[in-house]
Amino acid sequence: MGSVIIGFFRFWYAFIVGDDWTVAAGVIAALAMTSLLVHRSVAAWWLMPIAVGVLLFTSLRRAAKDAY
Amino acid sequence: MHSVLLVLATFLACGVEMVEALTIVLAVGVTRGWRSTLVGVAAATVSLAMIVALLGSALTRIPIDDLRLVVGALLLMFGLEWLRKAILRASGYTPLHDEEAAFSRQLTAAQDAGTVVRAGLDWYAFTLSFKGVLLEGLEVAFIVVTFGSAPGGLPLAIFGAAAAVALVGGAGLLLQRPLSEVPENTMKYTVGLLLTSFGTFWGAEGAGVNWPGGDGAILAILAFLIILSLALASLLQQQRQRASTATAPARIGGELRWDPS
Repeated sequence: MGSVIIGFFRFWYAFIVGDDWTVAAGVIAALAMTSLLVHRSVAAWWLMPIAVGVLLFTSLRRAAKDAY
Repeated sequence: MHSVLLVLATFLACGVEMVEALTIVLAVGVTRGWRSTLVGVAAATVSLAMIVALLGSALTRIPIDDLRLVVGALLLMFGLEWLRKAILRASGYTPLHDEEAAFSRQLTAAQDAGTVVRAGLDWYAFTLSFKGVLLEGLEVAFIVVTFGSAPGGLPLAIFGAAAAVALVGGAGLLLQRPLSEVPENTMKYTVGLLLTSFGTFWGAEGAGVNWPGGDGAILAILAFLIILSLALASLLQQQRQRASTATAPARIGGELRWDPS
């Protein structure tokens, strides 16, 4: 029973988070930061595209490094 | 424009996953017979339709701003994963998906597996085709549901996915072999770009952002991501070539030596 539950959570973790957990964590952090800035009346539309670019770049760099 | 991109994203996402599911179904059907295989496909399709209906109705209960935040975050996670894998494949760090090789592997496994009959079905054929279609289709179901949460989005998302099912399923029935000529990585790359663009737009909107240019900002985000991803793919390709040259064995004096440079 325990292994079924572990398997269930592992499946959903792999399905939603994927190969690089830092990307998922970065997405949540960037959205939280955007919300925080907007609530302080900052026009923070630029933050998400930059965050997406940085997350993609760092994740790819790490994957390329691990390949060699 | 928004609607066209939405249909394109679900069409391509469903199409590419259908190609992979078709490889499994064909290999099982050819070796184990079609009855149990098609019952498995039908059971998985009904399960996916139920997931879409249940999740779709659950999402309508969430307030619109919270919904955009959740949907945006999910689309970003899925989109960045698709984009990341497509760039790694394009730059040669990860091998391209080979449908012919996958078909051969599935064919051998299906031939070697024993026969267990349950509920009048060849259990191996049923479970393999069920799991194949369900797992490949699950991400598409999530994409359809998340896109469907946009006003008027559900019929468009279902239309895109249904068109892909009809096209790939029809081609599979006609050709009776895996669709290895389909440019899977280009399709995955395009899906990654679209999911990430919509995810960035909706996620930021859910966090309270007012985009300059309104809905037109999606096109600007898409253009930014195309330039960025092409630059990253090119950079990784050059880096890989440099690394391969540096570690390639050089033939010196009839022996294979590792070039110290």
